[in-house]
Amino acid sequence: MYPHTDHQRDKPILDVRNLSVRYNGRNALEDITFHLHVGERVAVVGPNGAGKSTLFKVVAGVLLPNAGEVNVSGSRPLSHSCIAYVPQRTQVDWNFPVNVSDVVMMGRSAKLGPLGWPKKRDWELVRHALETVELVRLSKRQISELSGGQQQRMFIARALAQEAELMLMDEPLTGLDTPSQEGLLDLLDTLRAQNVTVMVATHDLEQAARHFDRIMLLNHRLVAFGEPDEVLHTDNLMQAYGGRLRPVDGQNILNVDDCCDEGEHAH
Amino acid sequence: MSFLLEPLQYEFMLRGMIASVLVGIVCAVVGTYVVLRGMAFFGDALAHTILPGIALGYLISGGARDTLFWWALGTAIAAALGIGAISKHAQVREDTAIGIIFAGMFALGIALISTVRSYAVDLSHFLFGDVLGVSVQSLWLIIIFGGLVLLTIAAFYKEFMTLSFDPVLAVTLRLPVGLLNNLLLTLIAVTVAVSLQTVGVALMVAMLVTPAATAYLLTHRLPVMMMLAAMFAALSGVAGLYLSYYLSIASGAAIVLTATLFFLLAFLWKRMKSI
Repeated sequence: MYPHTDHQRDKPILDVRNLSVRYNGRNALEDITFHLHVGERVAVVGPNGAGKSTLFKVVAGVLLPNAGEVNVSGSRPLSHSCIAYVPQRTQVDWNFPVNVSDVVMMGRSAKLGPLGWPKKRDWELVRHALETVELVRLSKRQISELSGGQQQRMFIARALAQEAELMLMDEPLTGLDTPSQEGLLDLLDTLRAQNVTVMVATHDLEQAARHFDRIMLLNHRLVAFGEPDEVLHTDNLMQAYGGRLRPVDGQNILNVDDCCDEGEHAH
Repeated sequence: MSFLLEPLQYEFMLRGMIASVLVGIVCAVVGTYVVLRGMAFFGDALAHTILPGIALGYLISGGARDTLFWWALGTAIAAALGIGAISKHAQVREDTAIGIIFAGMFALGIALISTVRSYAVDLSHFLFGDVLGVSVQSLWLIIIFGGLVLLTIAAFYKEFMTLSFDPVLAVTLRLPVGLLNNLLLTLIAVTVAVSLQTVGVALMVAMLVTPAATAYLLTHRLPVMMMLAAMFAALSGVAGLYLSYYLSIASGAAIVLTATLFFLLAFLWKRMKSI
């Protein structure tokens, strides 16, 4: 189940065992077991309602599982602050009266401690994070004035300011134009140097295959998890997507009938 | 000049003016979070829910006014935390639950007060405020508790901002989310108790929401929004009392009408600018 990858450095950054989550009396996630290595980028793929957001929320510690364990770098998620959760764009109040650097500084708010105000090092971290995502020019912009791609990059900067080691991104590519998508994926590649492990929920199988080390196929259960060419087989995909899958041509090029917006998260 | 100074020769007028400015500032700053978190209905309900507490204090003290602040404060904090807990665990929708409790408690308050013969006058003071009746002692209570509210907001500024903008981030950062939420509810409750005498329970929501909403139209920064809101609220307090003096209209209503006028002007200005 855990194929050899080049990124296996020391111990796993994320270790999930026998995880089950029930939601409104139904199983959202059933008996999920996997682990991630430091610096890996993993795409989580599955139909709407497959439990991708639920998985991310449990790993982030926002939602408690009904069974199983989530360990982040050896400790449970609620005792650790190395996780950054990048929300779906539709779940953010873009009219909130803050600018880009305010949002990035929020990543520091726990480290400042109660009653603490940002110090020089905090401003430097924020500035550096904004440089990494190329948003320094827009740091004083109100957040509603950003494009979709810039909004996602702002949240990545916040994760960097947070000094997160594991970044969970819930469908960051949805609704972006192709250049913005490519820019974001390139940015995620550069984060590899900083040993940030990235888990991204996406709908785009082809992109997942090109840009990620491993692909996790999810449909309430873990259908498959491994390197792209191992995972993206018709059998697996049929199991994950059922009838919504149309083989296009050859065995590995597939097309999925799946609406990309809304649906799964309308709760 | 004498037009502005004439009302101030009365000490009760001066006290009322100071009280409405202070209360306005506290309401506006707390109201910023009420507006940003969509808690207007909660604020309105909370203000109404404290009526039975005030009524009980009023009956027990035999009509004395000075102890009423403490009754209001106790009831407001209990109601705020109670509503907070219910909306978390309720079987019905949150706004439905709040609606049921708020109307029921309000009715209980009116029923209690109606057992007293002179209830019409006193009830109207509780409902619409009696800013010209602010005693020196009440003024001190407003200064102390209003100051405490402002200090707490300043101390937890970044926590409240993070929690309000992105609750999920607050959880992943391991901020004490439950504690902070209850602290914010408590701050709103203290604000309601502090404001009771200037605007009364029925108009309270206007002081919590209107200046903050006005400021929200004009800025994109949270600290600026708080300062603008405080400025609009303070101006409304002063202008409202002059209006009340010269036009002989109820003071609480005059303050709220002035605040509403500021909102309309800001709204129109923004519309004109965007065309």
